[in-house]
Amino acid sequence: MYKLRATILKDIRLLLRDKVGVLFMFIMPVILAIVITAIQNSTFEMVNDNKVPLLISNKDTGVSGAALVKAIEKVGMFEIRQVNKDLPDKQLIERMHNKDALVALVIPVEFSAKMKAKANSIANKALNNFGAPVDTTKTIVSVAKAEPITMYYHPVLQESFRQSINGALRSSLQIVESKQVLQTLYFSLNETNLPDSLEKDIINTDVAINQVPVSRDGAHTIPNATQHNIPAWTIFAMFFVVISLGSSIVKEKLNGSFIRLKTMPTNYFVALLSKQITYLFVTLLQAAVIFAIGAFLFPKMGLPALNLPHDMAGLFIVSLICGWCAVSFAMLVGVFAQTHEQCNGIGAVSVILMAAIGGLLVPSFAMPASFKLAMNISPLHWALEAYYGLFLEGGKLKDVLINILPLFAITVVLQLLAILGLKRKNLV
Amino acid sequence: MGNAAIRIQNLGYSYPGQLRNCFTDLNLEINEGARFGLFGPNGAGKTTLMHCMTGLIRYTTGSIQLLGNEVATFRKSVNKLFAFVPQDFSLYHELSPVENLEFFGAWSGMTTPAIRKRTQELLEVLDLASLRNKPVQTFSGGMKRKVNLAIAVMNNPRILFLDEPTVGVDIQTRHVIINYLKELNRNGTTLVYTSHQLNEAEELCDTIAMIASGSIIAHNSLNNLLTEHKEDGLEGLFLRLTGKSYIDVDVI
Repeated sequence: MYKLRATILKDIRLLLRDKVGVLFMFIMPVILAIVITAIQNSTFEMVNDNKVPLLISNKDTGVSGAALVKAIEKVGMFEIRQVNKDLPDKQLIERMHNKDALVALVIPVEFSAKMKAKANSIANKALNNFGAPVDTTKTIVSVAKAEPITMYYHPVLQESFRQSINGALRSSLQIVESKQVLQTLYFSLNETNLPDSLEKDIINTDVAINQVPVSRDGAHTIPNATQHNIPAWTIFAMFFVVISLGSSIVKEKLNGSFIRLKTMPTNYFVALLSKQITYLFVTLLQAAVIFAIGAFLFPKMGLPALNLPHDMAGLFIVSLICGWCAVSFAMLVGVFAQTHEQCNGIGAVSVILMAAIGGLLVPSFAMPASFKLAMNISPLHWALEAYYGLFLEGGKLKDVLINILPLFAITVVLQLLAILGLKRKNLV
Repeated sequence: MGNAAIRIQNLGYSYPGQLRNCFTDLNLEINEGARFGLFGPNGAGKTTLMHCMTGLIRYTTGSIQLLGNEVATFRKSVNKLFAFVPQDFSLYHELSPVENLEFFGAWSGMTTPAIRKRTQELLEVLDLASLRNKPVQTFSGGMKRKVNLAIAVMNNPRILFLDEPTVGVDIQTRHVIINYLKELNRNGTTLVYTSHQLNEAEELCDTIAMIASGSIIAHNSLNNLLTEHKEDGLEGLFLRLTGKSYIDVDVI
């Protein structure tokens, strides 16, 4: 016990004197968590609170074009900037290059006429089905032949964001189309225009969509960027001890300390145990610091606060196993790496890869099937699932056992591989 | 002849994956209390033999006994009998001499009061007291050599293996180190020393062995060997026994 205590003291001293390593282990993940959360939060706010600048060139002179612009305005997502209808598309594109807007919409010349023709066609078909007399003088225009609305978008717009803009525009178009069909039908039946109040009653829907996050504790706390990011970057930080711990093992091997330690009447396992205890404490400290920053500092920075799980014992156990897994991984890299360059390179790249396939960088549900299989071997995946179970779903330890058991199994395998490596290299 | 501190019998060893044997049937006996020097050209097998004696390498055949204990069988008890000063600095450069001695003292099985007492003694004897709390990485090569030696002798080993203990040090530091080694020997520690500094070896060693291509080609007291080969110094003896042309057998 005395030898272990002396070794832990030595490891703590070495750790504290490696200021860059400490900086890397604590400051970097904190900066990462703040930056990523702030960016994701501002994206969230941009979509929900701010408006997207939208240039509209309405070349149509009829009512449908104007109605479409009005419907888009009602969506509330866009800041509409109408441009002269005679402005050539080339100049419109030029304005987008100047970042006047990220999206531009060109409503074609005959939009109203074609919309009306389409409505007449649908109304006729409907009346025909009802058995009502059909006005055969009205032309039936194929919908497929209608000139499309053109949406120009700046290439910086990401696919998901573009799709949500597209969805908003499509719903506006749907309103205009439905209104036109309704008016035509009403006129055909009653020979009078559809009253505004009735139109509103028919078009507007009162059915709201209540978005309720599922939770085990019934708290229904709405998840935010902090709640998603803090657990992910905490795991990332824990696994990045590979740089410090791995290097410390490589350094011992290279500077000959291993040789001296091997000729001393103490088993090298004491040194390994000491390193594990020291760095396990470091990983737990990392988690505590990052969680505290999320819970207390983030709100002061205008970011959403981290809601800590109710099951704090569960949080401690998940962090403990995650930390031990990170330490075991670092030890394995340190044992097999021959140089500092190998250790840092292999360590950093493998953590990033495991984070990617583990769902830290891209949500696991969005991954292709082949990657979902690979995901199961990433300890970061199981750690993230366990944290999400506690932080997002309001679960308890028993609810995340299914995640921490594989994590524990991976840890045991990493430990065995490290010991095997030490034995092969005649170090223990 | 006194009791054997080290007895090597029919030692055989070859590096993994190599057909050529490093040692074949090597025999050597070093008396307790000796100041023994092992010399030979580069690649002759000095360091490998020292690694076999300290258990760092597991020999293939034969036997090595330290004070009657077989190295391969009684690893833990044997490790209590000796200490090793490797050629490389085997210490923690970020720690101070005191912190290094505290740690390695604990690993030698010493108690806290014993560590404190011995640390104080060694810092005084090796002239390190004024640097006791400074990180070793700020030291000169000579100072680092002294700390490297101090760590090894913390628990007063009965046998001390020294692989080039004075490489790159100035004359004053060498003087301090050699004098201290002699003092240790007077107190009963057997020294097993290897170096290319033949003048220094001549001053320190009373018994020597010459090794070439994995075989002991001469082993006797220094004086006897000098008389036998009609040489007045170790350098001349070395050249006579190992040849004047450059030899560097790799790997051994």
